[in-house]
Amino acid sequence: MSAKTTIATPMEPERYELRAAAPYRFDLDRRDFFKFLGAGIVVVSVLKTAVVAQESGGARRTGESLPQEIDAWLHIGEKGKVTVFTGKVEVGQNIRTSLSQAVSEELHVPVEHIELVMGDTRLTPFDMGTFGSRTTPTMNLQLRKVAAAARNILIGIAAAQWKTDPRHLVAANGRVTDPQNNRSSEYAALTQGQQLMQTLPAEDPLIPAVEWKVAGQSTPKVDGRDFVTGKHRYPSDQQLPDMLYGKVLRPPAFAATLVSVDTQEAEQMVQKKWRGNATVVRDGNFVGVAAPTSQAASAVLEAIHPEWKSEPQISNEELFDYLRKDAAQGKDPSGDGDHFETGSVDQALASADHRLKQTYTLAYIAHVPLEPRAALAKWEGDQLTVWTGTQRPFGVRGQLAEAFHIPEDHVRVLMPDTGSAYGGKHTGETAIEAARLARAAKRPVKVVWTREEEFSWAYFRPAGVMDVTSGVRNDGTITAWEFHNYNSGSAGIRTYYEIPNQRIVFHEVRSPLRQGSYRALAATANHFARESHMDELAHALKMDPLEFRLKNLKNERLRAVFEAAAKQFGWGKSKGPGQGFGMGGGYEKLGNIATFVEVNVDRKGGDVKVVRVVSAFECGAIVNPDGLRNQVEGSNVMGLGGALFEAIEFENGKIVNGRLSQYRVPRFTDLPALETVLLDRKDIPSVGAGECPLIGLAPAIANAIFDASGVQLRALPLVPNGLKIS
Amino acid sequence: MATIHLLINGHTYRVDVDPETNLLTVLREHLDLTGSKYGCGEGQCGACTVLIDGKSQRSCITRVGSVAERPITTIEGLAHGDHLHPVQQAFLDEGAMQCAYCTSGMIMSAVALLEKTPTPSERAIIDFMDGNICRCGTYSRIIRAIQKAAKMTQSPVAKGADQ
Repeated sequence: MSAKTTIATPMEPERYELRAAAPYRFDLDRRDFFKFLGAGIVVVSVLKTAVVAQESGGARRTGESLPQEIDAWLHIGEKGKVTVFTGKVEVGQNIRTSLSQAVSEELHVPVEHIELVMGDTRLTPFDMGTFGSRTTPTMNLQLRKVAAAARNILIGIAAAQWKTDPRHLVAANGRVTDPQNNRSSEYAALTQGQQLMQTLPAEDPLIPAVEWKVAGQSTPKVDGRDFVTGKHRYPSDQQLPDMLYGKVLRPPAFAATLVSVDTQEAEQMVQKKWRGNATVVRDGNFVGVAAPTSQAASAVLEAIHPEWKSEPQISNEELFDYLRKDAAQGKDPSGDGDHFETGSVDQALASADHRLKQTYTLAYIAHVPLEPRAALAKWEGDQLTVWTGTQRPFGVRGQLAEAFHIPEDHVRVLMPDTGSAYGGKHTGETAIEAARLARAAKRPVKVVWTREEEFSWAYFRPAGVMDVTSGVRNDGTITAWEFHNYNSGSAGIRTYYEIPNQRIVFHEVRSPLRQGSYRALAATANHFARESHMDELAHALKMDPLEFRLKNLKNERLRAVFEAAAKQFGWGKSKGPGQGFGMGGGYEKLGNIATFVEVNVDRKGGDVKVVRVVSAFECGAIVNPDGLRNQVEGSNVMGLGGALFEAIEFENGKIVNGRLSQYRVPRFTDLPALETVLLDRKDIPSVGAGECPLIGLAPAIANAIFDASGVQLRALPLVPNGLKIS
Repeated sequence: MATIHLLINGHTYRVDVDPETNLLTVLREHLDLTGSKYGCGEGQCGACTVLIDGKSQRSCITRVGSVAERPITTIEGLAHGDHLHPVQQAFLDEGAMQCAYCTSGMIMSAVALLEKTPTPSERAIIDFMDGNICRCGTYSRIIRAIQKAAKMTQSPVAKGADQ
């Protein structure tokens, strides 16, 4: 690195994560806990202020007077029942199981004896939200510490009862045993009549990963049976007596304003047909109805006649020009967004043996969680309860309090395990809609978005333009790297290749579409541009792409995944006609991934088939190998969509392809052979795995298509209409 | 409005409903059988799949009037008491789910497939199941689960264990 290293603006790891309101402050009063939980043992996990500041990111507070913050607690009741309370939520990433494993491991009780209460704003401590692959590195560790402390308390109780040295006692399978004197007691007997509370000690001896027995093993989904029998109730399945179904009037285009609305016919319908058993609400720009069935609600909604005014808006054809132009119209582009600079890029480019300048783009895409947004709201006086599918129950609680001008402690948000999110369920639109209708109807109201509403009124993964300029020496050493990202975000923007002269800039743009978080977010865009560009450089130098990468890569963990994937893939083998091989990889959310891909290109018809995907992934010590494999495989399947064909088409404020018959997502027939190599680093703390494995796929496919056809594609999706070979 | 008799999971239900209403809405809103899921409303995702006369159908685009007095099986009717259907058991064994919102529909489609083709090839599974979307991307596990269920159903040992 050059001595002239400067960092103008510190890079944020994630620009688009929506921030929650100020953290909940919980006064530590042991009587409150036991009143609420019953007698027994409680261990409370208190976050150190430094950890809080790191977790809350942009909502950082300064000063020394930070209260101690709780992020989880564990209760062992008088009957030995273990209940863990965490604000994290389950959206299919399988943390209900992996967190149970963590507790099981340290507390020495079977997984099936542990209940997790998750994402209930009344019962669980505040949590920013379940995103950014933070559960495993933070909550998993906290719960392990909490469970270890509870185990030591139980041993302490037994030692006191038996008047012996606690060091002679062993905890196993829900019991404390004294092997020397042949005594044993169940946890339930030890917790009888106790009211013991302990806040988490700063340092607790944790079981090292090499000695894990439960964690580190594949464990089936803890409540899997409820899912295969249809018994589990997702947010959209929630029911209450006297509940009505709500529907909301949508504008014909984004940002349209309501000029006038005629609700007379709808009101008449409510009176005549539903005898007042339905409601029409007009409140500012909000118009909605509630009725005994969703069909009835739709019929009433159709009888409302609105007049809207909308402004001309840009369409997807003009998007990439617009993104650049809008950034240029901003303040000084170098000071506007994030900016990292080291060495002298301009000098290094001037003296390079080869220079390459290329532009890469990616489209907006939709999350398409199979369960659309849904909420059920109920008022009791000025107390509001909402069941909804969100990654941020506490954030949604804040939005509800704000929308209805009530204190946050009048709002309870519960999050039943939800039909996926992928970063798309951070906000509380349906919760607010259901609550507004329920207040008017004076009855519980459920709102479930249709797929079309989901496509238009949620938010998208940001589109982006990436400009890359690089300089290399003839021997394959990269000397200069200039990288600009317009709009898609700064996650994963920094290069892990050793390059002495760099300029890396993220340009913030006013997005024409509502955009937000998405699994791996901008890391997909930035890795696509970087890893595609790496192959283009290797090609220009007539070097092997793997050799070229390794020549410029020092990071050992990243080298290890590239080497492991290359070995499994058989990199260097000869290829048949139409066949192409490619790679991509990188570092994101503390995990390391390398993805190698085989494609088959039908040169006549233009069909591109991804035949085989080999991923090598390393995320520290592995907690649940099968769950991890499932996440890596799922990332590759989901990633196929954004890589090959997913793109939101929009025109003048309308989504043009907002249905599943028009917006293609990966299906069984798209499935490649998936091979996953997991590198288990027991010496490194476990980190999350839901996002990182996605990032290597798109560039690997682009590079493989080039290898097969000689066509370099620089836009995601790569082949929405097949490949044209001229 | 019409009175319609529905034979669901061996029970007869009487519903007063517009015969044009889709079956999924009737199952979920009138009968509180919420195991069948809404995913798209246009028969594209398969989350709402049920069996009608033993064949898989998308309940979101099936008029309730057209299925009166025909045997309908939903995910709630697949297990016998505590004893899971082999396809349900195979999905559990293979961990063939993440968020599992698609799982009911996947299982119902798979049951229909195995009913028609007891030992399907991998290709046949892929082609038959292509109308069911798993957004979490667990397709390879679902294929394994269906293959496993096919073996469980075929194997006399497994059949014996059923008793």
